[in-house]
Amino acid sequence: MADLDLPSRQGFAPDAALPTGLPGEIPLTITINGERRDLHVRPWTTLLDLLREDLHLYGTKKGCDHGQCGACTVLVDGQRINSCLSLAVSRDGCEVTTIEGLAAPDGALHPMQQAFIEHDAFQCGYCTPGQICSAVGLVKEGHAHSAEEIREGMSGNLCRCGAYTNIVDAIGDMLAQETSQEAAK
Amino acid sequence: MNRFSYARPGSVAEAVREVAAPASKVLAGGTNLVDLMKYNVERPAHLVDVTRLPGLKAIEETGEGGLRIGALVTNTALAYDPRVQERYPLLSSTILAGATAQLRNAATTGGNLLQRTRCYYFYDAATPCNKRVPGSGCPAIGGVNRIHAILGTSEQCIATHPSDMAVAMAALEAVIRVSGPGGERDIPIAEFHRLPGDTPERDTNLGADEIIVSVELPAPRFATNYTYLKLRDRLSYAFALVSVAAALDMDGGTVREARIALGGVAHKPWRVPEAEALLKGVVPERGAFSLVADRILEGAQGFGGNSFKIDLAHRAILRALSQAAAGTPQSQTDKRIQ
Ligand SMILES: Cc1cc2nc3c(=O)[nH]c(=O)nc-3n(C[C@H](O)[C@H](O)[C@H](O)COP(=O)(O)OP(=O)(O)OC[C@H]3O[C@@H](n4cnc5c(N)ncnc54)[C@H](O)[C@@H]3O)c2cc1C
Ligand code: SF4
Ligand code: FES
Ligand code: FES
Repeated sequence: MADLDLPSRQGFAPDAALPTGLPGEIPLTITINGERRDLHVRPWTTLLDLLREDLHLYGTKKGCDHGQCGACTVLVDGQRINSCLSLAVSRDGCEVTTIEGLAAPDGALHPMQQAFIEHDAFQCGYCTPGQICSAVGLVKEGHAHSAEEIREGMSGNLCRCGAYTNIVDAIGDMLAQETSQEAAK
Repeated sequence: MNRFSYARPGSVAEAVREVAAPASKVLAGGTNLVDLMKYNVERPAHLVDVTRLPGLKAIEETGEGGLRIGALVTNTALAYDPRVQERYPLLSSTILAGATAQLRNAATTGGNLLQRTRCYYFYDAATPCNKRVPGSGCPAIGGVNRIHAILGTSEQCIATHPSDMAVAMAALEAVIRVSGPGGERDIPIAEFHRLPGDTPERDTNLGADEIIVSVELPAPRFATNYTYLKLRDRLSYAFALVSVAAALDMDGGTVREARIALGGVAHKPWRVPEAEALLKGVVPERGAFSLVADRILEGAQGFGGNSFKIDLAHRAILRALSQAAAGTPQSQTDKRIQ
């Protein structure tokens, strides 16, 4: 993260309290989309900036950078989180899945990606990687069974284009498929 | 974000030593701290990442029939723990009323209690704010204060504590266990958060050299007649303007004990035990609830933008007590208020 060279203003802790000299980069071992990476990062790098700026995985989007939009949603150890509010160093040893890691190695789309296409669940597409990662997390959590529960469970993903209706339909379709597969077993 | 040094201690004792460093901060889920660091509101010199501390991610039974929740248990893990859902459904429901699935997956029990106010001026380092810079003034008084407090305010600060979870924990009389250089001590939740008074920069009574290790819930008593009613500007993903955690321990048709805690109205979860006592031995009905609401809101003061909260809180208390008495808790999915 760029360290802003801001003029001193009200509200800053006294700079005397800051360490002198730049603390070194910190070793970080993290598995991203199945690939183990041994990296060095500065402690103030967020997981989102690590993905985009250092690893050039631009699928994960930065919307607000403050946990308020969900565009940066990724799966960490299978759970959806906002990568903009997570420091990369604190995720040492974790497994991260981004939108780039959802499709099969042969390129076959993840069923959730397919469902989004079939239901026309996006317009500009900016929120879509976050929506899809979040939806994958939601299905895995297993707490949503109705359209209402999908809407509540997906409330952390805003869509400025307003594709919500089709997003809920796409996820509902996936859930129905999962349920019928479970029933068939 | 400013530059800082980083440590990832492997034991609570080591973490306590690390937080003793000047201008250090504990990092848990990061969902509040990292946000505030991006706004240059928090500028720690040293970050102590406690996420790897052993033993703080468990929910265990206590000898007294309660539950001990490790400080690192996530909001998600806590809300969906079967023991919590069964014995403390008020807590589960309250947590699910807060934030979003993504945030709850990262947010921890300790971090949630220590999250800071969402006061707009506190967040804007270009404006004065007594909480951020003691003595600089409080622009919320006489400024934009729709989300601010109506109870327990001071001339220095009218901020609210934004946590939902803490409101249920206040109603359930949770006890917070902290660890510091002198060992461990317990702080009842009623004494954990502070009123702003002349020291609005201090949100809680946690020492700068202490960390939260766990939160203990006493044996369950309010698993049937409870509700968490959260009123806000959007139906989801918004902080409470007013919220009410209500729990009744019923003895046939009358109330044995009532607990009522309010969120969004003060610098801490707001409880008035004398008001709760008015319900003791009483048949729960609207007339009695109204007296309770009057008592809870005694001395409430609006600041213009937030004056609507006084009436809103009164009605919310009535409605929450009706929901609790009927055993029909507010759904956190279907937001229609019954
Ligand atoms: C967009 C958005 C919406 C939200 N909506 C809601 C909502 O509706 N309701 C609600 O209740 N909350 C809401 N939240 C807040 C969220 O619940 C908190 O950010 C979260 O609970 C903080 O937990 P954390 O583990 O991420 O804490 P951190 O951000 O890691 O830490 C928060 C503070 O606690 C300190 N800390 C953490 N753990 C310890 C410990 N063990 N010992 C000592 N100090 C510690 C840190 O130093 C820091 O000061 C929202 C947040 C965002 C970004
Ligand atoms: S209400 Fe408190 S936090 Fe907000 S500006 Fe005033 S002093 Fe700061
Ligand atoms: S970019 Fe992370 S929530 Fe908006
Ligand atoms: S598709 Fe444009 S923001 Fe969602």
